[in-house]
Order: sequence, then structure tokens, then C-alpha cells
Amino acid sequence: MRIVILGFGSVGRGIARAILAKNLDLTVTGLADSRSGLIDPAGIDLLAALDRKGNGDLCGNPDVSPADVVAKADYDVLVEVTPTNVDDGEPALGYIRAALGRSKHVVTSNKGPIALAYPELRDLAAANGVFLKYEATVCGAIPLIHAMQEGLAGNTISRLYGVFNGTCNYILTRMAEDSLTYEQALAEARELGYAEADPTYDVEGIDAAIKLVILANAILDMRTTLDDVERTGITLLTPEALRLAEDQDCTIRLIGEIVPEAGVLRVSPRIVAKAHPLVVEGTLNAVTVETDLAGDLTFIGKGAGSTETASAVIGDLLYIRERHVQGS
Amino acid sequence: MKLEMRDQPGQLVAALQPISAVGGNIIAVIHQRETLAATETLDVQIVLELPEEGSLPKLLELLREQGVSVVRIGEQRLLYECTLITIGHLMHTDLSDTVDRIDTTGSAEVTDLSLAMPAINSPSSARITIRSTTREEMKKAIRILRGVAEQKDLLIIEPLEGV
Ligand SMILES: NC(=O)c1ccc[n+]([C@@H]2O[C@H](COP(=O)([O-])OP(=O)(O)OC[C@H]3O[C@@H](n4cnc5c(N)ncnc54)[C@H](OP(=O)(O)O)[C@@H]3O)[C@@H](O)[C@H]2O)c1
Repeated sequence: MRIVILGFGSVGRGIARAILAKNLDLTVTGLADSRSGLIDPAGIDLLAALDRKGNGDLCGNPDVSPADVVAKADYDVLVEVTPTNVDDGEPALGYIRAALGRSKHVVTSNKGPIALAYPELRDLAAANGVFLKYEATVCGAIPLIHAMQEGLAGNTISRLYGVFNGTCNYILTRMAEDSLTYEQALAEARELGYAEADPTYDVEGIDAAIKLVILANAILDMRTTLDDVERTGITLLTPEALRLAEDQDCTIRLIGEIVPEAGVLRVSPRIVAKAHPLVVEGTLNAVTVETDLAGDLTFIGKGAGSTETASAVIGDLLYIRERHVQGS
Repeated sequence: MKLEMRDQPGQLVAALQPISAVGGNIIAVIHQRETLAATETLDVQIVLELPEEGSLPKLLELLREQGVSVVRIGEQRLLYECTLITIGHLMHTDLSDTVDRIDTTGSAEVTDLSLAMPAINSPSSARITIRSTTREEMKKAIRILRGVAEQKDLLIIEPLEGV
């Protein structure tokens, strides 16, 4: 199966490395970063591209734009792994529309387009007879979307809640463990590369809220936007508050919660018993799904990371190949 | 509650039936034949849990219909408990007023409060335990607390498992 990889950062390179390391039978016929593109119907030399990128060079030719790669390369699936933009979804949204319009399947790890334009993209994919898959947008390596769409098909989900942001979970874990202040724990997270220079998106609960919107719209048949999410971040938490929770064998975690029937979507710090399965350490993610037939299920795993996120993208790619693409 | 009924077969069952009819939950039944009492009645004590406050009058009516008289209704205990944590300028914003707003509801009360105050002028944190007779009253108390928090610019951290 032939794929185009748009975006050659942490996730894009993780996918390239997995393709090189394992016999996945995927041929990359197009590749782009922000300022260059590469098209090769015979298959791009990924090792050389990784080397160029590793040396700080462009991955391809500056005369070929990412949009050219989407529009002109020969491929079955567009792998869209460019940065998230939650205001208008661009440029990813335009790339995805263009690929679907060319009857190409799309796999993305990018929350922006899915949170902002899922119904439109789903209809466009259906009209062109192709798949749109987005497992990596929520909780990185955890196959939550697949589990809900396939494994739990036929169940009614009454509530879904969990730890959707590894950065916040790391900060709260550290505040509880060593009585660090929020500022100290954030500084540590930055040093370890778990938090961005501008951590707003994570610590104010926006990232978790976007994931809730994706799950609500794509899986739970709700019609919601980011504005519908009641949201409180972790910036005001104190080590004393964590200690007060600790005194009762509890801790505090940033929890995203959806109650479909009540139309509730909220992200807020909550008191959770330490023995609760959602109390995971470090940057892990964990989600509990309450269903009528299967009972309660809790999924725990890595919510981010180059290889881990690549895992979710590759799962989507192989899903599409199994079901749709003949030959390779 | 303490009940008095005729000492006849089937009477106890007749007395217990209305409890389940109102959705109550029997926790314990204690009965003893008072040797002193020359009467033909049986004293029974029942510890029970009712789903909501409104079901008590209904239960009493049903018991009366069964010919069971209720001698005494014991204390109604606050069965529902919820612990929250609040962060902010708790003293400046009159913590005792915050507590009062819940206590004045009459059906929910703050039964425990732990306060941690770090350096002056930095926000303090408190753990508040609220108890109530019914789930509805608890929800109401939490709604009140949320309202107060918004007014006083406090952060409220609720438990994951709700009430
Ligand atoms: N990293 C994770 O663990 C993770 C987990 C789940 C989801 N995601 C999502 O996956 C996506 C990629 O994440 P990442 O961590 O790989 O980001 P990243 O390291 O910042 O890489 C982004 C890549 O996209 C390229 N790019 C930027 N603008 C572009 C444009 N207009 N057209 C084409 N390419 C463009 C960048 O080019 P340059 O190299 O030239 O800068 C870079 O190669 C994001 O949407 C992110 O939210 C990431």
C-alpha cells in the first residue's frame, strides 16, 4: 500500500522508523515538512530522509510544496501528521479535504480537523468511498476509538471519563509525590520535554477538552464544540490541596468526563481514590468507559511519544489495507 | 424506628412489606417479647434506609393501614457523605460564611473541615466534608457550594464518583 506522510516531526519520523524497522509492506511515495516536499512513485528512501532531517536539513525539495505532494503524488492513503491548530484546523484541514476529494483514504493524528469538522469530513470520505481514521488523535497509543467503534459496538455508553493529558498527569503526580508547587512541577516537566514552552493548551485543560469533543462527535453521536466543554485547568492547584486529598487515601487528577445522556462534557481536577484504576503515574493516560453490556472497562497506556503515536497511525493504516486496498 | 404490633403470625411480614414498597432498605430488625408486658403486642425495632426524605410520611401511612403503630421514630442519620477540596483566598472570603450557606439548608451540613494555610497572601486549601440525609439534598448542597465558589473566586475540586 502506498502512503504519503505529511509532517516529518516526532510522529512522522516515528512512522518512518517503524516502517524501516518492521516489514509492514508500506511504501512511502510522498513526504513533506513545512518547507519542502518529495514525490517518488518508486518509494522514498526513508533512511536518507531521516538523516537529512536529523542534520537540520529539509526532508525534501523546497520547490515542492506540501500541497503539491497531496495533490500530485500517487498514493492510497494520506497520513496527515502536521501540527494541531484548534482555531481553524489549517493547513491540515485543507490537505485532508484535498486528499478525500481525490478519493484517497486519510489517517491523521491531528486533533484540529477532527474536532472542528468531523461531520463534514466523514461525509466527504463516505461520498468518495474512502476511510477517514483518527485513532492517534485521542490518547496516543491506546486504541480507544477502535475499541469503542468495533469491540464495543452494540453497547450503550453511559459515561466515559479519564486522564487524557499526560503533561497534567505528570505535574500532578510530581506535586503529590514530592510536595512540589505547581510551578516547580511544571518547570520539571518542561525540562524533561513533557511540557511545551507555552503550556497553556495542556494545563488549562484545552487539549483534554478537544479529545472529549472528538469522542463525543465521532463516537457518541453528539454534536458538540469546544465551547460546550465545562473546563477548569490545574494551574491553581496547591501542594496543600494534594496533601489534604492524600490524608484520605485520595489524590487529585485532571479528569475529562462525558455523560452522553445528560449532555455533560467537562474537564476539571477531581478527587480520586488512590486505589482507583485511573490513578496512573507520570505521563500515562487512562480512560474508563461505562457500558451496558460489557460493564466498565479501563484502558491504560502511553498518550504520546513518537513511536507510541506511530503505533496508532500504523494500526489505522493496516485496518484500511485489510478492508479496502487491493495490491500494494 | 420502634414499632408496636399485634403478636400474631404474619404481622412482622406485614410490617416489613411497606418498607420495600417505598423503596426502603432494611438494615436491621430487632424484636423481643417483653416478658413484663402482659399485652398481646410485639415490640419491634427496625433500622432502615429510605431513598428520599419524602418517603417517610408515605411509609407511616402504609404502616398504619396495616394496623402497625409506630411508637417512636429514632434519629434520622445523615447517610450521604461527600468530601471536596477548595482552593482560594478562603479566609479573606469568609470561610465560615461559606460553611453557613450549606448548614442553613437544614438538610445538609458541613461535618468536617481541614484547612491548610501556607504563606500569607497565597491561596489556602481546605477539605470540606458534607453530610446529608438524601442524595438530592447533597446535590443541592454542592450546587450551593459551586455558586459560592464562583462568587468568591474559589476553585472547587469535586470527587470523581459524584455523590
Ligand atoms: N507527538 C505526540 O506524541 C503526539 C501524540 C498524539 C497526537 N499528536 C499530533 O500529531 C501531530 C504531529 O505531532 P508531532 O509531535 O509530530 O509535531 P512536530 O514534531 O511539531 O512535527 C510537525 C511536522 O509537521 C511539519 N509541518 C508544519 N507545518 C506544516 C505544513 N504547513 N505543511 C506540511 N508540514 C508541516 C513540520 O515541519 P518542519 O519539520 O519543517 O517544522 C514538522 O515536520 C500534531 O497534530 C499533534 O498534535 C502528536
